[in-house]
Amino acid sequence: MNFKSVKEILTAIKNKDVSVIELTSNYLDKIKERDDELNCFVTLTEEFALNKARKIDEEIAKNKVRALSGLPIAQKDIFCTKNIKTSCGSKMLDNFVSPYNATVIEKLNNAGTIMLGKTNMDEFAMGSSNETSFYGPVKNPWDTEYVPGGSSGGSASAVAARISPCSTGTDTGGSIRQPASLCGICGLKPTYGRVSRYGMIAFASSLDQAGIFTTDALDAAILLKEMSGYDEKDSTSSSVEVPDYQSYCLSDTNHNYTVGIPEEFVKDLNDDVKKVFYDSVKVLEKVGCKIKTINLKYTSLGVSAYQVVAPAECSSNLSRFDGVRYGHRSDNSSDLENLYRESRSEGFGKEVKRRILVGTYALSAGYYDAYYLKAQKVRNLIANDFRDAFDQVDLIIGPTTPDKAFKIGEKMNDPIAMYLSDVYTVSTNLAGLPAMSIPMGFKENMPLGLQIIGNHFDEKNILKISHLYQQETDWHKREPGK
Amino acid sequence: MWETVIGLEIHVQLSTESKLFSSASTDFGADQNTQASVIDLAMPGVLPVLNKNAVDMAVKFGLAVDAKIARKSIFARKNYFYPDLPKGYQISQYELPIVFDGKLDIYVDGTKKSVGITRAHLEEDAGKSIHDLYEDESAIDLNRAGTPLIEIVSEPDMRSSREAVTYLKKIHSIVKSLGISDGNMQEGSFRCDANISLRRPGDEFGTRAEIKNINSFKFVESAINYEVIRQREILESGESVIQETRLYDPKKDETRPMRSKEEANDYRYFPDPDLLPVEISQEKIDKIKLTLPELPDDKKDRYKNNYGLKEDDAEILSLNSNLSTFFDESIKGSDSDPQLVANFILSELVGLCNKHNVDISVATIKPSHISQLMNYIVQGKISSKQAKDILNELWTGKLDIDEIIRSKNIEQVSDTGILMKEAQKILEKHPKEVQDYKNGKDKLMGFFVGQIMKEMKGKANPKVLNEILNKLLKE
Repeated sequence: MNFKSVKEILTAIKNKDVSVIELTSNYLDKIKERDDELNCFVTLTEEFALNKARKIDEEIAKNKVRALSGLPIAQKDIFCTKNIKTSCGSKMLDNFVSPYNATVIEKLNNAGTIMLGKTNMDEFAMGSSNETSFYGPVKNPWDTEYVPGGSSGGSASAVAARISPCSTGTDTGGSIRQPASLCGICGLKPTYGRVSRYGMIAFASSLDQAGIFTTDALDAAILLKEMSGYDEKDSTSSSVEVPDYQSYCLSDTNHNYTVGIPEEFVKDLNDDVKKVFYDSVKVLEKVGCKIKTINLKYTSLGVSAYQVVAPAECSSNLSRFDGVRYGHRSDNSSDLENLYRESRSEGFGKEVKRRILVGTYALSAGYYDAYYLKAQKVRNLIANDFRDAFDQVDLIIGPTTPDKAFKIGEKMNDPIAMYLSDVYTVSTNLAGLPAMSIPMGFKENMPLGLQIIGNHFDEKNILKISHLYQQETDWHKREPGK
Repeated sequence: MWETVIGLEIHVQLSTESKLFSSASTDFGADQNTQASVIDLAMPGVLPVLNKNAVDMAVKFGLAVDAKIARKSIFARKNYFYPDLPKGYQISQYELPIVFDGKLDIYVDGTKKSVGITRAHLEEDAGKSIHDLYEDESAIDLNRAGTPLIEIVSEPDMRSSREAVTYLKKIHSIVKSLGISDGNMQEGSFRCDANISLRRPGDEFGTRAEIKNINSFKFVESAINYEVIRQREILESGESVIQETRLYDPKKDETRPMRSKEEANDYRYFPDPDLLPVEISQEKIDKIKLTLPELPDDKKDRYKNNYGLKEDDAEILSLNSNLSTFFDESIKGSDSDPQLVANFILSELVGLCNKHNVDISVATIKPSHISQLMNYIVQGKISSKQAKDILNELWTGKLDIDEIIRSKNIEQVSDTGILMKEAQKILEKHPKEVQDYKNGKDKLMGFFVGQIMKEMKGKANPKVLNEILNKLLKE
């Protein structure tokens, strides 16, 4: 049993070529075989998956087919799952079982997917290497000495290793695109507001967005349709209509896209990455794209602005983890203040504490204007930059990351170097734009990703150009160890 | 000579059915933690969704105090840790409140005074910490968490505790008239913080102390009076008042500083990224304006102009919406002079309510009782003295006025036939006095009335009796 894509799986199930229970068991076996090494999963939801698989098989027998009937999926452990442990990669929530489902989970469940388990991630999605997880680092299946990227490292690694056909992720500053790039798969971060944030444990509310990992762009198109849409439980979700992304991708229309390459995204690249990137640009030209050099002059300020806004919001979002109602509560608490201090000191890891401290500082009386307000101004400049760029071009491309994956442990003691690896991804979060990383080649046998940024709610053209690119290349078909 | 400067911050719980950001019920008195949804419990991943009714209510309030309504207002997070604040922040409004720049006219000793209303903003209430339920542990009830409030902030325009209480009562009356709050002070639906400072007239404002969470009109007055004396003593001894937060203890009738720990907070306000700015169109504002009911000032004018009530009575009635509702209902079924009805309610009924510490809205005596009593007085069926006796009986739970009159045998006799007979009987008995009267001894009239009253056990209608006697004695 070796399916190459979500599309293949859905067709096989619909045609009754494979039963959902067989398929599910097969993936569960693969996970059990590989995950001791890769550490992609925090929780394997075997019983839940098998029960659901049987139910879907019964439906299929009666020719009741839902949009994603029988599709196995791995869910990032940041999404609340009813009656199932939801840890967010933190000791703080090691004992937390959610009483409700996130909207993303609800939608995917209703579409007929089979949740295989909850995937490992940087603690509270804070990290770019999956090394900050309470459950230990996730390994990159291309070389287990390397990080898979983060924060959605478990989800990315699982899809790259083909132990799950697809998975969900969240992206606050690059947490989908960067691991997709480092693991050689597709990772789509939709427009802010496209997918409901309800039930997704908040890191930085104005930046967080749920998305997906797949091996090819068409699969992402199929899944995005089912995840998207207005949710009355999320005031920031959008009511912009959700198109049929897949049929848009498959339509014959030749768009002759004008594609912008920001000088700021390529000027500091090393030769290897530069070569791989410009090879992929040639492919785009081949499929009819016009290439144009543009400027996003505030790119270099993105990481700084991000490192103020995200910690500021996180410092407030994480206040609820106080040991009072759920989550970790210290045994060493004699009074209220102690309860707070000890529970939070014990429950949060180093990186989370660092960001809470930075954010608390940035919001403090007397510093608010200098940091938070200033960062918001930069954010507006970056958004305007993109707005002007999209007056000239349809899509913007660049490498997703400045380089291939780094080794586990390599940047753990250098947070600034770690933060700078997000330089090409954070600005789209600050502007709320959709972006996707697709495989574009290798450097020293480790994958590299091509980032495609679209205008607000223009996921369909990101997906279409990705699909066109993948018609001409086979990078997305490469599997680790083969 | 010191001048007192007072500003008030009033917290008013809005009477929406559900909470400000969740669909949980806001009913008071439910079992602990049964009205807290995953949102009120601040479960990981939940998001707030604004209750639009609360927004409409805030707009109503703004319109009622001649304030500006922000076409765009913003919710902010006020960050601090406390167990009854599940999110670790309160969602409030900071930089752009929904209502600003209003004013309210109050009347103290017949003098009009305008009090500025700086702003009124929407925010959520916290839960309750309960420290006396278990011996070594504190409990938390989150039923109240997320209940919508408006916080109404005045300018430091008041100069005495009486002005402050009058302003407070007027705000209370407005929110009740608007139907946006039950105004129940015991249940905490209407509570206030008072900022008080002293200065020499003409000087800059002095250092203020803030007295937190006062929940009765009387306590507000006492707390301010206490605080004024305290600050005056400090200033007169040449020392300075410390800016601090204090609590009023009604048992000891004094204010005390809160522990400094409880106030040493940097709230780190910032716009809540989970909520969009609240945008209100002019059309919406105009539409809400049309729904505004009669407000206290209009009511007062109506009482004076339509009913001819005295200024003071019109003021008192209009400032208490339960009382004015009761009065309006009583007037509806009554043929009596409205001023007499007002007198009866304000002196007799309110007296009883105060004595028994019962709000008029929940008293067993209903407006229909008052109308009936007032009508019986007009008809001469009972005297006003008897009406008071009947009122006392009504208070004890007997609710049928006619039944009380029968059982107490206090009905007045106004029947001319009966009175004529009794009068003739007495006049025949006293021919000498009749002759003296006819010879000009006018004061003997009292003697005849007295004799008849004695005979009739005081039940004769004095007015009718007088007429009959006059007629008989002229013959």
